Amino acid sequence: MKVHNTTGGRVFDAANYAFLSLIGIITLLPFIYVIAGSFANEAEITRRAFFVWPEQFTLGSYEYIFSTPAFIRALVTTVLVTAVGTLVQLAFTVTMAYPLAKKTLRGRQVILSLVVFAMVFSGGMIPTFLLVKDLGLLNSYWALILPAAINPFSLIIIKNFFQELPQELEESAKMDGATEIGILWRILLPLSKPVLATFALFYAVGIWNDFMSPLLYLSDNSKWTLQMYLRQVTASSDLLGTGNVDPNYIPPEQGIKFAVIVVATLPILIFYPFLQKHFAKGMLIGSVKG
Amino acid sequence: MSQLTDALASNIGHGQGPGTDTGKSSKPRKPPKVPRGKFSVHFAHYKWLYLLLLPGVVYFAVFRYAPMYGVSIAFKDYVPFLGVNGSPWVGTQHFQDFFSNPDFPRLLGNTLILAFLNLGIAFPLTIVLALLLNEVRLSILKRTVQTLVYIPHFLSWTIVASLSFLLFALDFGPLFLFLNSVMGTNIDFLSDPNWFRPLIVLQEIWKNTGWGTIIFLAALATVDQDQYEAAIIDGAGRFRRVWHITLPGIRSTIIVMLILAIGQMLNTGFEQIYLMTNALNRSVADVFDTYVYFVGITQGAYSYSTAVGLFKSLVGIVLIFGTNALAKRFNQSGLF
Repeated sequence: MKVHNTTGGRVFDAANYAFLSLIGIITLLPFIYVIAGSFANEAEITRRAFFVWPEQFTLGSYEYIFSTPAFIRALVTTVLVTAVGTLVQLAFTVTMAYPLAKKTLRGRQVILSLVVFAMVFSGGMIPTFLLVKDLGLLNSYWALILPAAINPFSLIIIKNFFQELPQELEESAKMDGATEIGILWRILLPLSKPVLATFALFYAVGIWNDFMSPLLYLSDNSKWTLQMYLRQVTASSDLLGTGNVDPNYIPPEQGIKFAVIVVATLPILIFYPFLQKHFAKGMLIGSVKG
Repeated sequence: MSQLTDALASNIGHGQGPGTDTGKSSKPRKPPKVPRGKFSVHFAHYKWLYLLLLPGVVYFAVFRYAPMYGVSIAFKDYVPFLGVNGSPWVGTQHFQDFFSNPDFPRLLGNTLILAFLNLGIAFPLTIVLALLLNEVRLSILKRTVQTLVYIPHFLSWTIVASLSFLLFALDFGPLFLFLNSVMGTNIDFLSDPNWFRPLIVLQEIWKNTGWGTIIFLAALATVDQDQYEAAIIDGAGRFRRVWHITLPGIRSTIIVMLILAIGQMLNTGFEQIYLMTNALNRSVADVFDTYVYFVGITQGAYSYSTAVGLFKSLVGIVLIFGTNALAKRFNQSGLF
């Protein structure tokens, strides 16, 4: 094994450990500041340059945002759109992946080639926007869900997973008279739970974090999602030069910005242990070559 | 195209697992239980599978391929009332307008500068961080640091931008106060055009450097350990071992990631740039993606902005194939 008993080696190790610990702490500091700020009062935020613990603990900012109808609406909307959207996107992906996993199905290669082609080329922002508009989906929550219903990468990974499941399971089910849909529902899906959970998280994070779709498709600000609301609250008044922000809007006090950021980040942090595990695995599938 | 399909699919999947082919036949093209012959018989046998396939096929036709057809408005004068088909052709008029527009060199410059800053700073930092993490033998420290630096990857750009707004807030933001007191200045980092690019690169580093190490760490784990022992016996120090063993060992991964990064060079990240753009920094902030939005969506110049978007995607495709060919010429394994 590696020898590291030289003085230089030990000095390097100590410096390296210290440096990496520092990197870890620096990464975390913005969150700690925002969480501390969300429990601090207005005076403390503007007076103290930086703090990780409020002098006076207050829930004022949270009381304020949770009594603001626009915030509640944005939060509820985002939770619902994320839940429904994840199910819809997962359903679209799985139903398409299953037939494509059958090597004997005719037309399969053509469809797979078209899927891969769609990974490389896309119509781009404006043609997609015009399509959504022509479909009458502007200001509809479906505009946040349907255009991204199937991620081609996820589709191919799920398809490959189905292909690798033992064929005998399906054949014995067929002998018992199960239909293809029955096989998918009762045999394949229960076997694929961990994979499906991974892609459910993948889709859910995508919808929760999505800013571009609501920006493009939801001009009615009563329909805004949390990310849009967050943008409006935190872009201070002198930064509103980019349009799409209600001109009658009065910028809120600082503490509220902190609290909204915490609420928008919380679900991601709660699910983070799962995310880290599954996403790291997902990223490595097929990425490392030789 | 189908070669690419196979290459991608076999890269993505775990290759040939058990039960990939039906039965034990060695020839994959000879499945036993399939009715061959007329398509109608085949279709009747597989009607449920084709039914399951339908929603996905409709999705790709409508949301992926219809917009590709819609790109044709880049060569037309799109009138919403007339639709994509009915609008009159204007040839390459929009492209000529764009190339002769003073916005074009500015956009190209802004986009390329940001791309090269990310390639030149964020990309090597990812490798450096991976190398440093790889040297850590204290596994609890390694795992803790990894856990911490991966977090920002999962946050939305809206949150990253909002955090920046708070940290650099005029008169009270911690970083506003700290940096200004260090430099003895009174700069509003959020609106000063000179600070736009450093801020963007800083955000990119904070958000994605940690996450980017995953692939390099996986590659580092595959480097042959025997070589290190031999090098130690030969008296090679730590840095020489990194230089002569570790880096060559992950060279192909670095090249693949570099090709991918260069292929994505013009995709500056719409959300990030849009969120950090304001009236005062537009001169340096405008990139192709945000320009398409501002001109297309907010000003309604659909055809013109589609032409700009198409130009950007074509350059992106040329870049990815070009760098791939270059990597092959230098006798490295390319991406495909």
